[in-house]
Amino acid sequence: MNGAHDLGGVDGFGPVLREADEPLFHHPWERRAFAVTLAAGMLGRWNIDMARFAREDTSPVTYLNATYYEHWLRGLERLLVERGLVGAAELASGRAEGPGPVPAMPAERVPAALARGGSAMRPATGPAKFRPGQAVRVRNLHPRGHTRMPRYCRGQVGTIERDHGVFVFPDTNAAGRGEAPQRCYAVGFAARTLWGPEASPVDRVMVDLWDDYLEAA
Amino acid sequence: MSSHHHDHHHGHDHHHGHDHHHGHGHDHGEEQHWTEVELRVKALESLLVEKGLVDPAALEVLIQTYETKVGPRNGARVVARAWTDPAYKARLLADGSAAIAELGYTGRQGEDMVVLENTDQVHHMVVCTLCSCYPWPVLGLPPAWYKAAPYRARAVREPRAVLAEFGVPVPDEREVRVWDSTAELRYLVLPQRPPGTEGLDEAALAELVTRDSMIGVGQPRPPGETP
Repeated sequence: MNGAHDLGGVDGFGPVLREADEPLFHHPWERRAFAVTLAAGMLGRWNIDMARFAREDTSPVTYLNATYYEHWLRGLERLLVERGLVGAAELASGRAEGPGPVPAMPAERVPAALARGGSAMRPATGPAKFRPGQAVRVRNLHPRGHTRMPRYCRGQVGTIERDHGVFVFPDTNAAGRGEAPQRCYAVGFAARTLWGPEASPVDRVMVDLWDDYLEAA
Repeated sequence: MSSHHHDHHHGHDHHHGHDHHHGHGHDHGEEQHWTEVELRVKALESLLVEKGLVDPAALEVLIQTYETKVGPRNGARVVARAWTDPAYKARLLADGSAAIAELGYTGRQGEDMVVLENTDQVHHMVVCTLCSCYPWPVLGLPPAWYKAAPYRARAVREPRAVLAEFGVPVPDEREVRVWDSTAELRYLVLPQRPPGTEGLDEAALAELVTRDSMIGVGQPRPPGETP
């Protein structure tokens, strides 16, 4: 979706605000929101692309006015209801009407689950469509659902820099339409291609893009 | 909540000017006043525990892991190893995930790692314009500025201006190569080893490696400079 989360190249936000000796969490509630989100994610009822879409699928006004863990909290509340773990009435009242449909991941299994993670890489089933060095154009697509194709590179010509291998395709995975595994590449764009003549003549921006986002240029 | 102060949040997305959820009076009120977001989190946590969907002990394990075990010292050890062991560096650049796993750093948000070597020709810098992708096993959780709008908006469009704000001037002729983490690859910058460090061992070198230098918005500390 063309949402406010797609921030690359937007002007007017001001300087990057750094903080000396920054704490990991700025408020105790952020610590709880972080842990609850990870623990609920370990129930396996949604994937990372669904989680990203749940956070970004909102009004630009809401998105830009929320802090980071407020996005997480809003996304988690939505996923819990959408994926059938919590009833809307339960969420509204805060009172459980019965046990959840799946058991919690016990604490003793959490360290191994974190250390294992969940790679989105999948076995290759055929030759790559594009090769390093090849010129490609990013298709001018504006899907209403989740996508990982930033607006600033759509329609632009770049060069395949690296073939990362085959990965889960976020656009379908976020919608529950399957993993549709396909090649993902680092595509390099000249800074001047993206940002015009005021950009440095030597700088480049690398964007990781999947086969379905690209066409030969 | 006793450590909650009004000014904890400097630099945390506050260029938007919103402060609706920041606490009132946890330190000086006679009764507890919870903000709306605090109440929502508390209610959700207790609902999930009551429904048996979340093990309260698991929450503590998750918090402990990222507060005490996983952080940029992990990445610093990877960098220091690469600076001192050419064979390791070659493995690291060829297959970042496998070489980082040799030091025991694996898992969530670092399953598929790519290591980018800074040289006299190229300065690498990492961003996630669409959300906040960051290599957790080697750097921990990202700082607030990495997740906030200014860095995400500007890193791809005016990286040199951002680098200048971070105190990292890059010569005009040296390429700045910005990596937008739009997929599940996670990027770690291998900064250049500072001059004058020939006599330092791996542990001493790791002390020089800053978090920002591994994102590409900083340089390692010169030898002798205290953290």
